[in-house]
Amino acid sequence: MGTLVEEIFSRRAGRPVRAGEIVLLDVDYIMSHDNTTPLAIKAFREIGKPVRNVDQIVIHFDHAYPAPNLLAAENQQKILRFIREQGIRHFYHRGVCHQVMIEEGFVRPGGVVIGADSHTVTYGALGCFSTGLGSSEIGAAWITGKCWFRTPETILIRLEGRTAPGVYSKDVMLYLAGLLGMDGATYRALEFEGSYIRNLPVHERLVFSNMSVELGAKCGLIAPDEVTIQYLMRETRARPPFDLFAAEHPRYERVVELDVSTLEPQVACHPDVDQVKPLREVEGLPIDEVYIGTCTNARYEDLEIAAGIFRGKQVHRFTRVLVTPASQTIYEKAMANGLIEVFLQAGCTVNAPGCGACLGRHGGVLAPGERAFTTMNRNFIGRMGSPEAEIYLGSPAAAAATALEGCIADPRKYL
Amino acid sequence: MGRVWKFGENLNTDEIIPARFNITIDERELAAKAFCEIRPDFAQQVQPGDVIVAGGNFGCGSSREHAAVAIRGTGVKCIIAPSFARIFFRNAINIGLPILECPQATEIEEGDEVEVDLSRGEIHNLTQGKVYHTNALPDFVLKIVHAGGLVRFLREHDIEELMA
Ligand code: SF4
Repeated sequence: MGTLVEEIFSRRAGRPVRAGEIVLLDVDYIMSHDNTTPLAIKAFREIGKPVRNVDQIVIHFDHAYPAPNLLAAENQQKILRFIREQGIRHFYHRGVCHQVMIEEGFVRPGGVVIGADSHTVTYGALGCFSTGLGSSEIGAAWITGKCWFRTPETILIRLEGRTAPGVYSKDVMLYLAGLLGMDGATYRALEFEGSYIRNLPVHERLVFSNMSVELGAKCGLIAPDEVTIQYLMRETRARPPFDLFAAEHPRYERVVELDVSTLEPQVACHPDVDQVKPLREVEGLPIDEVYIGTCTNARYEDLEIAAGIFRGKQVHRFTRVLVTPASQTIYEKAMANGLIEVFLQAGCTVNAPGCGACLGRHGGVLAPGERAFTTMNRNFIGRMGSPEAEIYLGSPAAAAATALEGCIADPRKYL
Repeated sequence: MGRVWKFGENLNTDEIIPARFNITIDERELAAKAFCEIRPDFAQQVQPGDVIVAGGNFGCGSSREHAAVAIRGTGVKCIIAPSFARIFFRNAINIGLPILECPQATEIEEGDEVEVDLSRGEIHNLTQGKVYHTNALPDFVLKIVHAGGLVRFLREHDIEELMA
């Protein structure tokens, strides 16, 4: 009974749980990556107790992998020692942690997963409660297998209709970010529903859950359905039985309704994710780097859209165009189906799967005064390198069109 | 009693401590760089026991604990804001840095002298002669704060004792 998050918490706690209640829950998996694991190890050692169940621990190398400098290399060496010492089996370096978590079957409807990364919320699109925490809590959870949560109130986002060609879930989510603002859902759960969501494939649904944290939300959930199950069976290692559930007599704090059919392509402008405008208002703005990548929009279908626009064309001579598949699996599929060839022939640089240029450490760092257009989820000042660089966010199609013209361009003319 | 340092809204973790200083986990080094880009005088002049008062959504952005650790390292006793970004809120509690949500925080001015009673959730503004009642921190949060953070709590106790 209740909202999706109340449902999941109640099942886990074995009793009805309502918004506002604080619960201590068993978690399924505890995720961390090369950037956040060292502090978790420090907390773990300071507590000085043994790991509860080593198979709950999942560690990824993705943020700066392969290590771009000595410091990162030493950090990863330390983590590797810890992995060996504890006998941790779930260790991956196959792409962005969130994508790999899904592919490897750690994410299931009704699950509870915590991670030392703010975009851990991504799994909500598969009906899994997942949220980001600081490293100390991750180190503590290795020992306890549990985590405390304040059950959040829920804002329901009801999306109806179908988007026009050239408009994707990224455009809808950016529009919502502009509407609700960067703190529009702080401490809240977001729940997405409506005919638009029901008809949406999972790779597009994931954009909503991924970017929920950009509005401050604790999680961004979508009720699991047939589409979810088919995706899990086809694209991941997760296997039945799957738990299907829905919100029952939920009480929402607020309901936001939107008809997506009139939306046009959107762009989040420098320097905040809620500075959202219709793309046409910034069309023609010169761009130095286009980055198609990250846990938001570098899945196979995203690369397919971009490749469709690049096919037989050349990217702009003075624009660096970087394509970073979210995972090794996606890279392989893109290679097998000829997408990588299209990128290379168009003049793009294809990077190893991982976070890539997203966090300004390697793989496409921005110089002062440079401007990037990317498929990422956040555009904080300094995120991709120099604090004097600017970052604009949009869909993979808009990024590809922009790459061709060297300035922000409307993807609809290339479809 | 502490002196108030006032900040604006939506202060993100990069403004608290720029990402390029996050390569260390040394609290003193982090503290020396706290707010270095937006308030270069802060780290030099802040006194142990001072209080930070800010606008809403304090600490948004990254999940990195460095931001909360940097502030604790400066000796700041408490942060007061109308709201906090969720992960920052948890991180602060988990490292034993008390924070209070107070809708009227914006009325408190830079330099005011305030006294904070955490278990009652009371803020006494001695300069302006006002008292604000806020939601007291739940018992289990106070247990963590009093222990000096989650790590120290778990050294002595089991996690189940938090909810007991
Ligand atoms: S791709 Fe970017 S946003 Fe996603 S996990 Fe990596 S650094 Fe974070």
